[in-house]
This record gives sequence, C-alpha cells and structure tokens, in this order.
Amino acid sequence: MNGIQPPTIEYGQLSPLLLVFGAAIVGVLIEALAPRYLRKSLQMPVTLLGLVGAFALVLTVVMQGVPTKAAAEGAIAVDGPALFIWGVILVLAVISVLLINDDNEFVASAAAVPGTPEEEDAIAAGGAHTEIYPLALFAIGGMMLFASANDLLIMFVALEVMSLPLYLLCGLARRRRLLSQEASVKYFLLGAFSSAFFLYGMALVYGFAGTVSLAGISDALGAVGGQNTLLLIGAGMLGVGLLFKIGAAPFQAWKPDVYQGAPTPITALMASGTLVAAFGAVLRVFWVALGNLDWDWRPVMWGVAILTMVAGAVLAITQTDIKRMLAYSSIAHAGFLLTGVIATGAEAQNALSLKGILFYLVAYGITTVGAFAVVTMVRDAGGEAGHLSRWAGLGKRSPALAGVFAFFLLAFAGIPLTSGFFGKYAVFAAAVAGGAVPLVIVGVVSSAVAAFFYVRVIVLMFFSEPAPDGPTIAVPSVGTAGVVAIAAAATVVLGIYPEPVLRLAEDAASTLFIR
Amino acid sequence: MPWLPILIAAPVLGAVGVAALPKGSDKAAKQLALAVSLVVLALTLAMAFQFPLESGKRFAFEQTYSWIPSFGVHFGVGVDGIALVMIALSAVLVPIVILASWHDADGTGAENPPKRSVKTYFSLLLVLEAMMIGVFAATDVFLFYVFFEAMLIPMYFMIGSYGGAQRSYAAVKFLLYSLFGGLLMLVAVIALYVTAGKNTFMFPELIGAVTDPGVQKWLFLGFFIAFAIKAPLWPFHTWLPDAAAQAPAGAAVLLVGVLDKVGTYGMLRLCLELFPQAAKDFTPLVIILSVIGIVYGAIVAIGQTDMKRLIAYTSISHFGFIAMGVFAMTSNAQAGATLYMVNHGFSTGALFLIAGFLIYRRGSARIDDYGGVQKIAPVLAGAFLVSGLSGLALPGLSSFVSEFMVLIGTYQRDEVLFVTSAIIGTSGVILAAIYILWMYKRVANGPTAESVSGMKDLNVREKLVIAPLLVLIIGLGFYPKPVLDVINPAVQHTLTSVGVQDQPPVAGVGQADEKGAGN
Repeated sequence: MNGIQPPTIEYGQLSPLLLVFGAAIVGVLIEALAPRYLRKSLQMPVTLLGLVGAFALVLTVVMQGVPTKAAAEGAIAVDGPALFIWGVILVLAVISVLLINDDNEFVASAAAVPGTPEEEDAIAAGGAHTEIYPLALFAIGGMMLFASANDLLIMFVALEVMSLPLYLLCGLARRRRLLSQEASVKYFLLGAFSSAFFLYGMALVYGFAGTVSLAGISDALGAVGGQNTLLLIGAGMLGVGLLFKIGAAPFQAWKPDVYQGAPTPITALMASGTLVAAFGAVLRVFWVALGNLDWDWRPVMWGVAILTMVAGAVLAITQTDIKRMLAYSSIAHAGFLLTGVIATGAEAQNALSLKGILFYLVAYGITTVGAFAVVTMVRDAGGEAGHLSRWAGLGKRSPALAGVFAFFLLAFAGIPLTSGFFGKYAVFAAAVAGGAVPLVIVGVVSSAVAAFFYVRVIVLMFFSEPAPDGPTIAVPSVGTAGVVAIAAAATVVLGIYPEPVLRLAEDAASTLFIR
Repeated sequence: MPWLPILIAAPVLGAVGVAALPKGSDKAAKQLALAVSLVVLALTLAMAFQFPLESGKRFAFEQTYSWIPSFGVHFGVGVDGIALVMIALSAVLVPIVILASWHDADGTGAENPPKRSVKTYFSLLLVLEAMMIGVFAATDVFLFYVFFEAMLIPMYFMIGSYGGAQRSYAAVKFLLYSLFGGLLMLVAVIALYVTAGKNTFMFPELIGAVTDPGVQKWLFLGFFIAFAIKAPLWPFHTWLPDAAAQAPAGAAVLLVGVLDKVGTYGMLRLCLELFPQAAKDFTPLVIILSVIGIVYGAIVAIGQTDMKRLIAYTSISHFGFIAMGVFAMTSNAQAGATLYMVNHGFSTGALFLIAGFLIYRRGSARIDDYGGVQKIAPVLAGAFLVSGLSGLALPGLSSFVSEFMVLIGTYQRDEVLFVTSAIIGTSGVILAAIYILWMYKRVANGPTAESVSGMKDLNVREKLVIAPLLVLIIGLGFYPKPVLDVINPAVQHTLTSVGVQDQPPVAGVGQADEKGAGN
C-alpha cells in the first residue's frame, strides 16, 4: 500500500488565514456578479465580517493551545508570535478598513486620464472602485501569511500577495492623481526589484542548503559554520528584500514618495500592517533560518539600524509635507525596532527582545493609523491639506482634533504616559540586556532629534496664528471618528497601564518561533 | 491614609474638572483651580504634621503598588525629609502662582498678549502640580523617570502658548534640552536595571546594587547629565534664560522654583546614593562646574537688561551653590543645599512674581523702561526690595542661612579644592549684591520715569500673593529650625548610603540658627 500520501493540512490552525482569503474571493465574486449600486453595501460587511471573524478564529486557536509544530507540512508556522502578529494585523486592518470606507479618498475611475472629461463624467456618475475591499483583503491575508511563512517559497508567495494589491491601491487616490500614480509606479518598480533580490537570494540559499524550509536552512548552517560564499551572498540578498519592505536605510527611498502619494487610508494600512508583517518575516528569516549565522549578519545589521535611525530622524526635519514627515518617522521607528532584532542571545534574551518588538508593533501600529486618520480630516479645496504650513493654528480652530494629533505625535516621540514610551522602553531595554548599548545610545539621540520635528508640528498647530484661508476640518464620518477615538484610547491605555498587552506579548514570545 | 497617592491624584482630578468646565466659564475655572490647589496644600500640611521626625525608617508614608510587573516597575511613593520639604515647596507655590496668574491668560495687561484659553492654562498648572509632587515622592526610579519626563509637557505648553514674543522658540529649546538629557538618563535607567539584576526599580533595593566602578561611572554620567541640564549647571544652562524670560511669570516661578530643583534633588537622591564611588570620583569636576556657574551666572546677571533674564541668571548662580553643597558631602553642606532649594524657590518665586506684576503694568521687561517706581508704588517696590535682598542672601532673610551653611560645609572639607571653591564661591555673594541692588536702583529709585507715572500699586489679590512669600522668607531667615529638623535626618541617611564620614560636627543646626537669628 504505497499510494501517494495526501498532505496533512491543519485547517483549524490555518482558519484565520483561510477566512481572510475566502472573504477576499467572495469580494471578487461580488464585483463580478452584483449590480454596481449594491456592491459597496455588500463589500463593506463582507470585509469587516471576514476580518472580525478571522480575529475570533485567532482567539479560538489560542484558546485551544498554541500549536508546537509547523502546519501544512512545515510550510506555515502558527506559533505564539505568529498568532500575536495575526491578531495585531487584524485589529489594524479593521480600523484601517473603517478609514478605507471613506469614498472621498478614492478615485472614481482609475482608467480615466486625470483632468479629462472622462474623469469628470466618472465623478458625476458617482463611480467608485469597490474593488478596493477585496484588494485590501488580499493584501491583509498576504501580510498574515508573510509573518507566519515557515519556508522561503511560501514567504515569497506571501510577499507578492501582500504587495501586488498594495501597488494597485496606491494609485487610486481621488485627488493629486498624478502624484498617486507616480507613487504606485515607483512602489511597483522598486518593490519588484526587491522581490527579485529576495528571489535570487532564495535561489542561492537553496543552492547552499538544498532546502527552502527555514528550519532546514538552519540545520544546514551547522555543517559549514557560515563560511560559504553562496550562503553569504544569498543571505545578504534575502536581507535586502526584507529590509526594503520595512523601509530600512539604505532601502528607504520609496517610503516618503509612496506614503505621500497613496490614498491616506491605504497609507495607514501600509504604515501599520505592512510594517508589522515585514518585521514578522525579518525575525523569522534572521532568527530561525539564519540564527546561527548571527556573527555574520549582526555587524551589518548594526550598520543598517544606525543608518536607519539617523537617516529617518535627520531627513524628517526637512520635510514640509505631513505625510512625508510621518513616512520618515516610520523609517526612524523601523530603525528602533531593528535594535531589538539585533539583540539576540540566549533563549531568555530572545524572548525579551521578541516581547519588546511585539509590544512596539502594537503601540506604533495603532498610533500610526490614528495619526493618518487625523490627516484625512484636515482638508482644503484640493483635498487633504498636506503641506505643513497649512496646519498652522489648527489648535485654535479645532482644539480637540489638534490635541489628539499632538498626543499621537508625543507618542511617536516616546514621551512617558503614552504607548510609544513603553514600546521604546521595551525594545531599548531588551537591546541593553543584549549588550547593544551603543546602538541604544544612537537610538535615544535620534529620538531626541526626531522629537524636534514632532514638536515642530505641535508648535505650528498650537503656537502659530491660523492662516486666514486655512484648511477646513471635515466633519468625520462615523468610521473615521471611531478610528481616531480607538487609536487615542489605545495610546492612552497602553501608556498608562501596558501590563495586559505586555503580558500577552510575553506569552506569545515565550515559546519563540517554532521550527 | 495613602497621603501621597491622594496628593498626586487630587490635582489630576482637579485638572480634569477644570478642563471639563463649559466654554466661557473662565472665572469658575480659576476659582476651581485655586480651590483644588488649596486643598492640596491643606493635605500636604496635614501630612507634614504627621511626619515622624525620629522613626529611623528611611521613608515615611510609603505606598507601593505593582504597576508593570513585566518591567519590574512599581508605583512606589514615600517621602523622607528632603522629599517632604520639596513637596511642601511645590504645594505652597502652586496656589500662589494660580492667584498671581489670575489674568495671565485673559489677554489683558500692558503687553497686549492675545487672549488664550483660561481653562487650559489652569488645568495644565494642576497637571504640573501632580507631576511635581509625584517626582519628589517617587521611590521607584522608573516612576521618577516617568514624572521627570512627563512634567516637561505641561510646562512646554505653558511656555509655548502663554509666553512672550519668543515663546515658541523658548518652549522648543526647553523641551529639546530636557528631552535630550532625559533620554540619556533613560539609557542609564535601563542599564541600572539590567546591571543590578534585581528585577525591580525600587530605589531602596537598588542602593549598593551597582558595584563595578567603571559601570558606576557611566551610569552616574547618564543620570548626572540629565540633572545638570535640568538644574541647570554651567555649561548646560543656555536654555534657562530663554525659557524663564519667555514663560508667563507664574510658569517661570514653577520652572525655576520647582522644576529645576528636580535636577539638584536628583543629584542628591539618585546620583549620590546609587553611585557613591562614581560620585566621589566626579566630585572635583562637579565642584569646579558649580563654582564656575556661581561666578558666571552672577557676572552675566549684572549685564542683563531684561528683568526675567536677570533673575534667571541669578538662579544659575544659586544652582551652583546648591550643586556645590550637594557634592561637598558634609552634613552642613547638604542640609544647606536642601534648605537652599526651598528658600530659593520662595525668594526667586517672589522676584519673578513681582517682575511679572511690573511687566503686567508697564508692558516691558526691560529694566531701562522703569525708574522711580518706589514713589508711585511703594508697596510693590518694598516687596521687590525684600525679595531681592533675600536673593542676595542678606542675613536675616532665608537664603542667607542656606548659603552660609553650604559655604561653611564646603570649607569644612579642609582640602585645597573645597576651601578654594568655598572662597571663590563667596564672591558670588558680593556679585549678588551688585546685580540685585543695581536692578532695584534702576527700577525703583531715581526720578520717576514718564512711562511708569500712572502705575498702580499692588491690589489686594497681588498683596495676597506676595504676603505669604515674604512671611516665609523672613520667617525661615530667623527660624529655619523646623525645616532643618526635617531635612537633617534625611541628609544623614544620604551620607550613610554614600559612606562618607562626616566632618566633626563643629557646625550643626544650632550654629546655623544662631547665625541666622543673630544678624
């Protein structure tokens, strides 16, 4: 009886992933079959139900006990960190989708050339691309898969599933369409380039190890002790592909352009969800597959982390556009997170670093979505008032909104009694415990530099006189207001009593990554 | 009764209450803020009267709650004598400042400041009060750090939104300097936790936990630079004149009177006790910086043309005295330094407030714009003179006692460095006479300047503001014993932790009293 064994697929463990992808496919079917006027009212519930249901399924998996073995024949690792990251991505996705629900942000007809009668017709006809919902769902599913892939091939597939919809979504801004399309093309070209790096690196590593499974690569490392040209070049190229996704210097150039051009709700999704997912993948590749090669990658990572923190903080100072500034801030934060990635050591140390990174991702992700939600609300005739000078005196005209935004900025700056402080503390504490004190000193100095540009926005909003023709504050939709409220509440609660979330992160991190 | 948590919570609740008042209820906001601050003062006094002088325990009114067990952080509060007098200083100054700032946000006054949100101003003040009390009460190093950093934010908004013409520049400079120091301290806080390996941030358990001299030095530096920026010590002082000159007078009082003391308090509490060996190694450096600060601050103060900047520079000189007293490590010097922190808060507070009254009337901070105020507003000028004289440490006024104790305590060390420093430091007293009296002369004496001819004397509210400060200045000048009785045991504890053999007690409380009272 030597028939072909069917592969075992742990459907229960993979159910959150399957539900998100399933909802995405239902969304595509709705686009194909439902009449135009019904689409939006169908898409929104499907999307939200899919995401909320997936979150419930994540909880169920956790309740049933965190699996100790990789699922789907070792292709996907549903371990503690993966489940935590899934939960975080889903929460961030839900609040981002509430933002995406704002028609005003998306183009009526993407195919119409900007400024032509076709475009005006499309707007007049009330056209809308409801495809954004299934696209977003595919991207979200890709993010989840990216963070839990246990072999390089799956990781590459996830990378593409995550990125391709985002390339498209970036080009769909309703206003400043050329900027948006430029962002889309830039993101696509650079993203394709980095994917190629990743793919080629994967091929080289396969050439060395004879396997694409992360655990297999780790085992193969033992044989050569890391002195293999194929391996080193391959590992370097994998690193380039991954560092591109988190926007670490010197691969950060796409971030400001893309963040600025993309519709703001999509920027919010990218800045939070993609970053979380990409860190999940970085950790898996560098800790699980290349964990024993740390003597080789650590010095490089030190350089990358320092460069990223300094570049993000310094370049942000000269920015005059709020979204570009937040993009550079996101680069600096990626650098802070990298200090945690570097601080490896014994198992307890790894768990400490992982816990710090996980908490940081939660704190940063939620605050980021909130900040971009505020950006969507400050509008003038040409859409969002992106230029910083337009924000002058906002605190006088709209104290509550400006106050919330100032609070988010203080959280980014890591002032105590905000979530950002504990995030930074957790990562830096892990880095100090792991012996990376110089890195932490660079980190705090760049935090001080970064504080300058956050504070500059506060100065503009509160200490400057309002411009006479200043932007109006859009009356927020229920969704947008909800997003701002949720983000502000989370930033406060995590800043005053972070213990429950820290405890969750600790539990998730304690098992480390399964192989 | 959990005194300290209540003292921290009360102003926060008050701040929320003030902020929640409906639009247009400016007067109610002021009254509520004043009422809350008076309640806090009453509670502080009630607590102070129960403070055990002879308990032998390090901290009184200790309360420890687990806050973030994952990080080993507790909400731990408790006071010794030093912390108690600092909390009392804050609690006394806040209602005075609220009363003095009655019209700061109204948009009235000769300077023509724009109308600002009154509610916000007073709720920021109350939030700041909670944090000031918290920072002195914290017995957990992490909690101390949290308050230390968080208290920047209300002050930042008070300077930036309610200050003078250069307010936003001054506010940003203040915030960035302090933040930079604070972040270096954060590294040291983390490293302290990791090196101590005790899984706790509780201060009493961390004493003596770091033994390696090299590590001690680095950690000491991390903390010290933060405190030196905060205090501020020469050469980290450049932010203070800007911030103090641009802040509204009330905020300047709290900034210089209390916030800056957190720096010297931190040196005394954390730098010395946690890293005794490093503190001893760095003593010569700190003493030299302090002496430079004393002389430099005084000389630069003489050259100022802006009253608030002048007062700020005098404070830099005085902080030199305080730091010198802390690092001289004798019981006289440290008790004197602690007493100086309190006295300086009152006398500089009075100076800033009177300068604020003058500026409110005349609309200018330039000394040249005044002249002959004494003839038109004798009460104002008299109060100005008394607080000025306290600032120059005239015997019989409170600063004298503390300055004298610091100098004698430093001299007692009987080593070349300390003796020289004490002697050079004494010149600061003479220079102080120049800057204070010369300012007073230009403002209050001589022919009445045209521009001040219509100036009104102090009204009832302003008299109520100044009277308690003058009473304290004169009272503590003649009879500092109650305060010293509270401070001395705490200083002894500190010296024991540092492991310093005190100099033979030639000058104790008694002698200082005599000097103070005899003159």
